[in-house]
Amino acid sequence: MAETQQKKKVSGSVVITAERCKGCSFCVEFCPTDALKLSDQYNAKGYHPPVLVSQDLCNGCNICGLMCPDFAVYGFMFKKKEK
Amino acid sequence: MSSELINIDESMPVNTVEEYLRMDRMPHIWCPSCGIGTTVNCFAHALEQSGLDLQKVAIVSGIGCTGRVAGYLKLDSFHTTHGRPIPFATGLKLANPELKVVVYSGDGDLTAIGGNHFIHAARRNVDMTVILINNFIYGMTGGQVAPTTPIGATATTTPHGNFEESFNLPYLAESCGAVYVARWTAYHVRHVQKAIKEALLKKGFSFVEILAPCPTLFSRRNKLGDGLDQMIYFKENSEIKNDADTKSVGLTFQGKITVGKFVDKERTTYLDAMNEFYSKKFGDKYTPYKG
Amino acid sequence: MKADPKGVLTGAHFIDGDHACAEGAIAAGCRFVAGYPITPSTEVVERIADRFPLINGMFIQMEDEIASSIAIQGAVWAGKKAMTVTSGPGFSLMMEHIGLAAMTETPCVFVDVQRAGPSTGLPTQPAQGDMMQARWGSHGDYGIIALCPNSPQECFNLTIKAFNLSEQYRVPVLVMMDECVGHMTERVIIPKAEDIEIYPRRYYEGTREDFLLFKPENDLVPAIVKAGDGYNVHVTGLTHDERGYPVMTAAAQEKLVHRLVDKIRVNADKIVEYKLDQVEGADIVVISYGITSRTAIPAIEQARKDGLKVGHMRLIVAWPFPEKYICALASQVKAFVVPEINYGQMVLEVERCVGGKARVDLVPHGGGSVHNPKDIHNVIINSVKGKN
Repeated sequence: MAETQQKKKVSGSVVITAERCKGCSFCVEFCPTDALKLSDQYNAKGYHPPVLVSQDLCNGCNICGLMCPDFAVYGFMFKKKEK
Repeated sequence: MSSELINIDESMPVNTVEEYLRMDRMPHIWCPSCGIGTTVNCFAHALEQSGLDLQKVAIVSGIGCTGRVAGYLKLDSFHTTHGRPIPFATGLKLANPELKVVVYSGDGDLTAIGGNHFIHAARRNVDMTVILINNFIYGMTGGQVAPTTPIGATATTTPHGNFEESFNLPYLAESCGAVYVARWTAYHVRHVQKAIKEALLKKGFSFVEILAPCPTLFSRRNKLGDGLDQMIYFKENSEIKNDADTKSVGLTFQGKITVGKFVDKERTTYLDAMNEFYSKKFGDKYTPYKG
Repeated sequence: MKADPKGVLTGAHFIDGDHACAEGAIAAGCRFVAGYPITPSTEVVERIADRFPLINGMFIQMEDEIASSIAIQGAVWAGKKAMTVTSGPGFSLMMEHIGLAAMTETPCVFVDVQRAGPSTGLPTQPAQGDMMQARWGSHGDYGIIALCPNSPQECFNLTIKAFNLSEQYRVPVLVMMDECVGHMTERVIIPKAEDIEIYPRRYYEGTREDFLLFKPENDLVPAIVKAGDGYNVHVTGLTHDERGYPVMTAAAQEKLVHRLVDKIRVNADKIVEYKLDQVEGADIVVISYGITSRTAIPAIEQARKDGLKVGHMRLIVAWPFPEKYICALASQVKAFVVPEINYGQMVLEVERCVGGKARVDLVPHGGGSVHNPKDIHNVIINSVKGKN
């Protein structure tokens, strides 16, 4: 139990610059925790950029950031504050 | 248990990749689902982890889609002529050995028109890192056959299919004397990052081949879907075999792909060989060349 | 500034033009040479290869002339003065990189020891057949400077001048030797280092905030920086703006290429150099360059003995062409005679400048030897008689 709590102190999220996205889906397909999906919305270029499915799914590993050929998304880790 | 972000604005890191890019040149020219941008992320992270002094890193490209990489990196960037980034890099490195010189270019540029320079720089063991993006085709000019196009694939200049044998580039590089040889695909982002970092820190001619999707001119013409489909093919068909005999790692059309670090050895560089040789020859009269 | 005394072999020497060219490069401060063997230029790099190890120079024999002609440009951007040396077939291979050097304003020197062509031609015998190629060989529009030594001493002097001009105008400068001048052995005086003027590289001295890699100064030439200095230069053969960034528009092309051409055109009066002998009051002027300027002398002397008023104009700088001077001269003389070891190259420039105001006669020669002065004399005689 103590170990689990320790692990959960670090979580992750992504920053998405939707306008840079060209809709390749690399981030969605290769996200190890399936934390991303394509948005229903279009960006100005006419592509569906990614959105986070759920904050809790993302561990901030930044595979999306490495995969993204358009520098439109990246993941990062942060510390959680428990309530 | 719920959670909230702490000081999200301050703790949210910037995309560190952007520090290595000329963001004033974005958006780049690469097509949707092209793999070149993916490799650039890996390069930027590798550069960050290498601990190299960025002021002393120069990047040289030739012509073509991958030839545009140099121009997007916030380094001393040289976008040279078709096939000739390696001899340009040779001049740059030998004129100022303090520089870390990276050649980043495509398969056509480095192994067709630039093939002669590739083999001789490897033979001389000029201290440089060559990152070759292999997308099996000439992308920029519209999908013509390349020395890397597998037999059976279609290109605009092989409309009935390609019957020419393609290069096994790791074998070529090793045969010519490269001290570091690795092959990965754009799917293997962590491995690519690690391989580039190792190559950057390796003294001598280091070579990293990265297979990448060309959705517009290779995948689509060959009815292989788009870039994502090609990335999934890389994922499902790659076999990691470090230290594999490079003779055995040739590629076939949509066949199995051997990836890994194949060569990591020591050999005297061109400059060290020159300095050692002349020091013996001329004794105290010779001051070792340092640029 | 003055030449670095390290490496300057002050004194009298008995050497050929190729060796003198190598010594000129060293005196000019050249410490990077890339080359590929080709007759009749090879002795230049042989001497460089011999001399460089003990004067902190880097000589590399590349895999071909294409590699040589771009390796030197890498070296320049790393801060060296650099040169490559070749002859006709290799010169043909280097054309794309003369264009690259012009486009990226990379100061460097190309030496072409001309031999008879086309193709492999007569590898060991002279010609002057690369003169138009020197000016126009790379695709697109640009300006270059080309010099024509006519003796080993001038091979030394003009190689230094070539480096100086390349630094001053940031252009590739071509030293258009020929097999005779290259292989001719004569007395060559190498002055003291303090008597050799060197034009230093025009390094940028402004603030980092104001830095623009291709922002021209008043003479249309931008200041340069080198790799490793933290400027993150962007150098490309694509049409670019003052930052060096590619811009794919007609407007950007016009702005850049116009300046690349004007850089030489506007400064031409400062660059052109020629030597005149009894041109004042002459009826006929012989215009020559390189080895042909020496074979013309007996012909001119004979014609003067025949009672003709013959002047001699020798081009030391062939490109830019001294068009203003020849335009003015055209209304004062009756005829021009242009001997050259080709079937008519620089004579086209003479005809252009003369514009029909005087007669222009070529004395052609296919290459393989120098002119027989009698052939030049005959043309001078017939020229004044108005015979073809």
